[in-house]
Amino acid sequence: MQYQVEENCLTIFLPNEVDHHNAEDIRKEADKVIEQKHIRYVIFDFEGTNFMDSSGIGVIMGRYRRVYLLGGEVWAVHANERMKRILKMSGVTKIMQVFEEEKK
Amino acid sequence: MSQAEGTTQTNEMEITFDSRSENEGFARVAVAAFLTQLDPLLEEISDVKTAVSEAVTNAVIHGYGGGEGKIRLSCRLEKEGRKIYIEVEDKGVGIEDVEKAREPMFTTRSELDRSGMGFAFMEAFMNEVEVESAPGKGTCVRMYKRFEEGSRISFEHTLMSKIHTLQCDTDNKEGTWTTQSL
Repeated sequence: MQYQVEENCLTIFLPNEVDHHNAEDIRKEADKVIEQKHIRYVIFDFEGTNFMDSSGIGVIMGRYRRVYLLGGEVWAVHANERMKRILKMSGVTKIMQVFEEEKK
Repeated sequence: MSQAEGTTQTNEMEITFDSRSENEGFARVAVAAFLTQLDPLLEEISDVKTAVSEAVTNAVIHGYGGGEGKIRLSCRLEKEGRKIYIEVEDKGVGIEDVEKAREPMFTTRSELDRSGMGFAFMEAFMNEVEVESAPGKGTCVRMYKRFEEGSRISFEHTLMSKIHTLQCDTDNKEGTWTTQSL
């Protein structure tokens, strides 16, 4: 998992395809970092992501549950139209803010 | 496919692979590659890939519980009518209550962070999804999708109305999973 930690904020750079196979690794590694670095905010960066199924939704919901108890939040950035549709469909946008790209 | 139906051009493929999470990507890419003969929109390819991924993941996680087993995937293309029929079959534990399993947000594996959206995604992205299952016998998911001929607008419209229905479903159940899962 590629990630970056800034203070209590964890940014996860999601892979090209998020499915059950790699969701497992993301889940485990993210939880380790969340605990060790006292993370409150988790940002899912979809910049390089072109495919995600419901396994990805599970990863987001699971991290939300973890940081929510500590008063934290989860965000999504750089999601393309397809990813936004998947996020919206699953209802996960009710617990997560999806940041729009800046219009240039 | 009898001779009488000679005008309907069909093309079939079938693969069997081990129940391993590595093969989820293989399965959806194989179907996507096979599908290009129908010249679908990119969005439509993604829809099918997502549905296949969900069905195969179900077989790996639930059917075989992460253990050993074989998954059979078969596809049939109908060039006239631009349809794809897909079957994903496992000989795993089977589903006791199919109706319950198909409910959005229902999952038996919340400890694995499963969202319970697998069947909901299959239904949203395919025209029809049928599940045949019996405890101890395994599960077979049959689904088909019809690709719209140059009518992106009507396709978008169908998808949006499906999304709307899904959203309504999640609205009703919101309380269940936000509170339950915390």
